[in-house]
Amino acid sequence: MKKTLSLTLALALSAGLLAGCGNSGNGSGENEERVVNVCSWGEYIDESLISQFEEETGITVNYQTVPSNEELYSILSMGGANYDVIVPSDYMISQLIEEDMLQPLDYEKIPNFSKIADRFKNLSYDPENLYTVPYAWGTLGIIYNSTMVEEPITSWDAMFDTQYADQVLMINNSRDALGIALIDLGYSVNTDSEEELQAAFDLLAQAKRDGVYQAWVMDEVFDKMEAGEAAIATYYAGDYLSMLENNPDLEFVIPEEGSNWFVDAMCILKDAENVDEAHEWINFMASTEASLKNMDYIWYASPNQEALEQYPEYYEETYGEPLDMELYEIMAAPQNVLENCEAYLVRPEATRALYNDLWTELGIIS
Amino acid sequence: MRQNKLSLFAAPYVLWMAVFVVIPILMVVVYAFTSASGGFTLDNFARIGSYAVVFTRSFKLAIIATLICLLIGYPISCFLAREGARFQRVALMLIMLPMWMNFLLRTYAWMSILENTGLLNRFFAAIGLFDLINGIFGTDLEYFKMINTQGAVVLGMVYNFLPFMILPIYSVIVKLDHRLIEAARDLGADSVTVFRRVTLPLSLPGVLSGVTMVFVPAVSTFAISQLLGGGQQLLLGNLIEMQFKGTAYNPQLGSAVALVMMVIVVICMTVMNRFGEGEEQAVVL
Repeated sequence: MKKTLSLTLALALSAGLLAGCGNSGNGSGENEERVVNVCSWGEYIDESLISQFEEETGITVNYQTVPSNEELYSILSMGGANYDVIVPSDYMISQLIEEDMLQPLDYEKIPNFSKIADRFKNLSYDPENLYTVPYAWGTLGIIYNSTMVEEPITSWDAMFDTQYADQVLMINNSRDALGIALIDLGYSVNTDSEEELQAAFDLLAQAKRDGVYQAWVMDEVFDKMEAGEAAIATYYAGDYLSMLENNPDLEFVIPEEGSNWFVDAMCILKDAENVDEAHEWINFMASTEASLKNMDYIWYASPNQEALEQYPEYYEETYGEPLDMELYEIMAAPQNVLENCEAYLVRPEATRALYNDLWTELGIIS
Repeated sequence: MRQNKLSLFAAPYVLWMAVFVVIPILMVVVYAFTSASGGFTLDNFARIGSYAVVFTRSFKLAIIATLICLLIGYPISCFLAREGARFQRVALMLIMLPMWMNFLLRTYAWMSILENTGLLNRFFAAIGLFDLINGIFGTDLEYFKMINTQGAVVLGMVYNFLPFMILPIYSVIVKLDHRLIEAARDLGADSVTVFRRVTLPLSLPGVLSGVTMVFVPAVSTFAISQLLGGGQQLLLGNLIEMQFKGTAYNPQLGSAVALVMMVIVVICMTVMNRFGEGEEQAVVL
């Protein structure tokens, strides 16, 4: 019996190893099969687009995901990955550019770049637009369950309010969590001031000690909000729309103090091995057709101007009912809302270290 | 000659250990003693003092989980070892069965069981438990708070690591020489004495490896505390993970924490093994 057991375990282990090798083993061959290694966020693509691209071009896509910008950064800086295309957010892009980890794109190979709306070009993270093609954009806001709060939420104060003790899910990454506290205190999300960051930390720490937070979560938020497990959470607009499909009581608001808006853009790593394939992939994903399909699936707005304009029509054709324009505006926030929102910019080393220290300190408070 | 040939077979394992165990540990040591710019420093260790809370919390929860595993696992092993071979096979299979499923998946499942609106609480509500309690005590209880507590974390540890306690203890007990027990009986020992003087001391090696196999993963877990503790009950594993996987990127500090944890665990294990060896010898004598 024991032999069978250990044999089974050994088999299972080696199967895992082999599978691991299968994923990472390809990527170099020149006249062999063409491949492109893409790394993005989870639930962030309509996977039928991958097979469509593979059929059209004969290029095999190795699609992998990481949960956060910070994790992507640590994977890249430890040199443990062979990605060609990555899709980081704005502030991480500028950090990667600063550290010379991206390569300039050949925009002649990406004709669909011309379809990107002008307001998503030359943004602060890539002022001359040499390295990036925007992939999706959106806002951060409060998601709340209208049956569990007494009045509509309008302010970030709700995230720190003992009135909602044990009913709040705080977002579990340093930039967003401290960012929310900064906005609530009326500071910029891009402050380098130690005092302001300390004040933001104190706000979060006090709320944590007061038992406001039921949990600190990332994607666990889907299950918890859909099940009515918590009343209030902070998360991204696109994900709210996914949750809404499973729980119609959920509401989304960009609080009156303003919020963060972000762009995730496709970039090619400096040491990418499949540069041509990477350009083809980027061009494909930037096309109007792919953007429409993708937007419909992930509920994050595309930066493709045509896709943005055609989406309501596309929705009606696909589902046979008109698109709720209120939802459309949550997905693709209108310009006046965006003006009240601030994008994250990369912070100098000292501030990043402070963020890390404050975040660790916040974690050990019980 | 023959010995040498056989030792060739050990070569892959030695190589494996060197590449995947020794080198990583050396890297952790190097990281722990360097600063971000690469120079030698003891700063990382100086900072660890402020994480004492996390150390105590981790060790406390891991010790509790290990004790519970032992309390549940030992009787089960004894019971199993006494049953017929067929029953043993089926029971072992059942104990192993959950391990064939992905660990994260199982922990996620516990999340939906323990949640305030989860399966367990809905079940309690359905059988009218809350109405009953509220009726008696005049409270307005709607659910038991189970998720996001230290109890939930311990439960997750016990659930996930219990097989690691049962299997080694069982495999020692099942091989116990029955003649020893019979001899003890012949010499007039009652069953309590037999257990105390014969079975227990002889099963100690199994207990020790069981304790090690439960305690070490429990003290360093991060997934269980994130999912069942709601990210509120930061454990050493979470602290280390944070330093490597981004939310607070500082591999040097992470390595220092990992190293200190490793040293403490090794000390605990050595002390325990000493104690174990002594017992064993006493029995042999």
